[in-house]
Amino acid sequence: MRGVIPDTVAIQPARTRTAIAVLLPLVLLAGVLFVIFRFGPSELLRDPDAPPVEILSVQRALLKSEGIALTVLNESPEPVTIAQVAVDDAFWSFSADGPLTVGRLRRVTLAIPYPWVTGETHHIAILTSTGTKFEHEIAVALKSPEPDARHLLLFAAIGVFVGVIPVALGLLWFPVIKRMGRTGLDAVLAFTIGLLLFLLIDAAAEGLESSAALPGAFHGVALLIASAATAYLALEALGSWLARRRAHLRAEGPPSGWILSLLIAVGIGLHNLGEGLAIGAAFALGEAAFGTLLIVGFTLHNATEGLAIIAPMAKERPSVWTLVKLGLIGGVPTIAGAWIGGLVYSRPFTVFFLGLGVGAIAQVVVLIMRQMARERPLSERLVHAPVMLGLLGGFAVMYLTGVLVG
Amino acid sequence: MDSLTRRAWLRLAGLGAATTGLLHGAGVRGQQRSHSGGAMDHAAHAMGPIGRADTRIFNPTTYLRAWNFSDRPPEDRSRYYKETPRPDGSLLREYDLIAVDREIEIAPGLFFPAWTFNGQVPGPTIRAREGDRVRVTFLNQGTHPHTIHFHGWHPPEMDGALPEHQVQPGDKFVYEFDAEPGGMHLYHCHAVPLKRHIHKGLYGVFIVDPKTPRAEADEMIMVMNGFDTNFDSDNEVYAVNTLANHYMYEPIRVEVGQLVRIYLVNLTEFDLINSLHLHGMFFEVFRTGTRSTPDDTTDTVMLCQGERAVLETRFRYPGKFMFHAHQSEFAELGWMGLFEATGARRDT
Repeated sequence: MRGVIPDTVAIQPARTRTAIAVLLPLVLLAGVLFVIFRFGPSELLRDPDAPPVEILSVQRALLKSEGIALTVLNESPEPVTIAQVAVDDAFWSFSADGPLTVGRLRRVTLAIPYPWVTGETHHIAILTSTGTKFEHEIAVALKSPEPDARHLLLFAAIGVFVGVIPVALGLLWFPVIKRMGRTGLDAVLAFTIGLLLFLLIDAAAEGLESSAALPGAFHGVALLIASAATAYLALEALGSWLARRRAHLRAEGPPSGWILSLLIAVGIGLHNLGEGLAIGAAFALGEAAFGTLLIVGFTLHNATEGLAIIAPMAKERPSVWTLVKLGLIGGVPTIAGAWIGGLVYSRPFTVFFLGLGVGAIAQVVVLIMRQMARERPLSERLVHAPVMLGLLGGFAVMYLTGVLVG
Repeated sequence: MDSLTRRAWLRLAGLGAATTGLLHGAGVRGQQRSHSGGAMDHAAHAMGPIGRADTRIFNPTTYLRAWNFSDRPPEDRSRYYKETPRPDGSLLREYDLIAVDREIEIAPGLFFPAWTFNGQVPGPTIRAREGDRVRVTFLNQGTHPHTIHFHGWHPPEMDGALPEHQVQPGDKFVYEFDAEPGGMHLYHCHAVPLKRHIHKGLYGVFIVDPKTPRAEADEMIMVMNGFDTNFDSDNEVYAVNTLANHYMYEPIRVEVGQLVRIYLVNLTEFDLINSLHLHGMFFEVFRTGTRSTPDDTTDTVMLCQGERAVLETRFRYPGKFMFHAHQSEFAELGWMGLFEATGARRDT
């Protein structure tokens, strides 16, 4: 052996050697995987009589005129066979859109022709072949909207009400902001930071909550953080690209207000996409009805987003078209979100989009602070009373309108 | 988005509702109860489990009218049951009961890791005449200590209830006693924990025919039982004779006008009582079957755990008659069946 190896190595070109060095560990790893799958050391550890681990989760329950449609996901490591379904302690017949033996991370939709009662609570129990029971509660039974042209329009209308209109209303403050002095402007920017920080915390909390509800295999928190980081870095790259392009064209200095406004609009747009998703999903899953007061609260809540978009442009003279573009960038994703959420709702999606929103807002907050700081240390600018008040004010307004919304 | 908080739910749903209201120029005030799931067809066929169970190993229809291993082929039967005449005209009846662990199907596709006598739940029905000698050789091939505790007159060492009576896995014990009193009895494992040993399936029917024979009848055995498939001390499946809804698919065939006698026992665990309700007719109740005069004439009889009764009736009309627990929950979780009577109408 000793005599053979140096010879062989010596003849091979360096590139081949590198290729072998890269591939060898992979080949060995494949071998190890083969051994694990083929001989299953974990199987040896397990008592052959031990019952299989079974985890089923209800992904969505739709109430239709012909009964209940239940989408079930198998989260367990092995296939699970659904044997029977009982609704409100009564075995009920059902049909499935696939085999009742559901593979890992596969889903099946059960159509249960159960005469549910509007406004009442129903309990569904799924019994697997081993007798394991998985229960799902429908807290308040209401007919779920079925995705059709009318609902697409409805979702679009919701998007307009929640996203576009409030942002547009916020943009109308532009003339006022234009007339403000340096201190006033800083206060407004601080106010914006307050608003965004609230949204950031809110979205992060919602994202963590959604991650917790995800099956373990989807690694919800990692997905959330990764998507947040992606959005942050993407916006950062977009910002510097825009700045370079602008500098190249007109040889101007630091990022202008327009770029900042655009980035804020994109960030808020991503956030609103997540909001739209949640709304669409809520609709798709069907829930209780409430008063008009709530939409008023939501409009107030989101109107401040328009303010956040235009604040950095106070010193500039954007055209009306520019303002409209920014408003649309910030608001229209709500519609897209509502459609996605309403028609192709899935929880990993939701976590991903919430993560994008979190990252986008975080990046925008950093950008605004950079702009406020200019060449001086940030702390120096923050200790001004108007700035501090603006910051707290922004947070408080979001908090209070949030309370109004529920 | 069921992962949202309730707060978020309300917020979103309310928003949507408000928007709907704005769009359609109509406020959302209260619930409209008129269009609901209630509008759909409450078709009876939608109720009940899906699919059919495999009845090759245990068929409730066969169990219904089998005792002393009469459902087995003769050579197989003789391995488990032997009767020898005694000088006084009575019989020595010898049985082989074997405790074995076995997975049984309790509803289509739904399996329960049972502890059984001779591989079936309920165990084989033991039937003797009052005064016969009963000798049961019990072999424990299960994985836990078990016993057989018979209801009826017997000396204390035959009781199968005390710690020293436990038969260890692989061990054997012979229970021997005279069959008395005449009536409808039961047997079950009395090892601890009692609840588990019984609800896992170690029980069966023990009928002692009275010295004065009962009238000729179409006789059947019904064991009301339940299964806690996820071991949370609450039954998921209920049945009469183990297999949920079996007699809905395979109605019990009877003849109009003929005397029908049902030996009914409640072996449900966790639920305090169980009951039988027969549609469209009445029956006479002989509680525990120990006396020849009926205790009641009714269409619903309620039995406590371990309580039993002999029911007698004659069908007047041909056709299908439902019978089920009058606890609707039990009925809808499998304890429901049909009689199908044939023949011309006969007033009884």
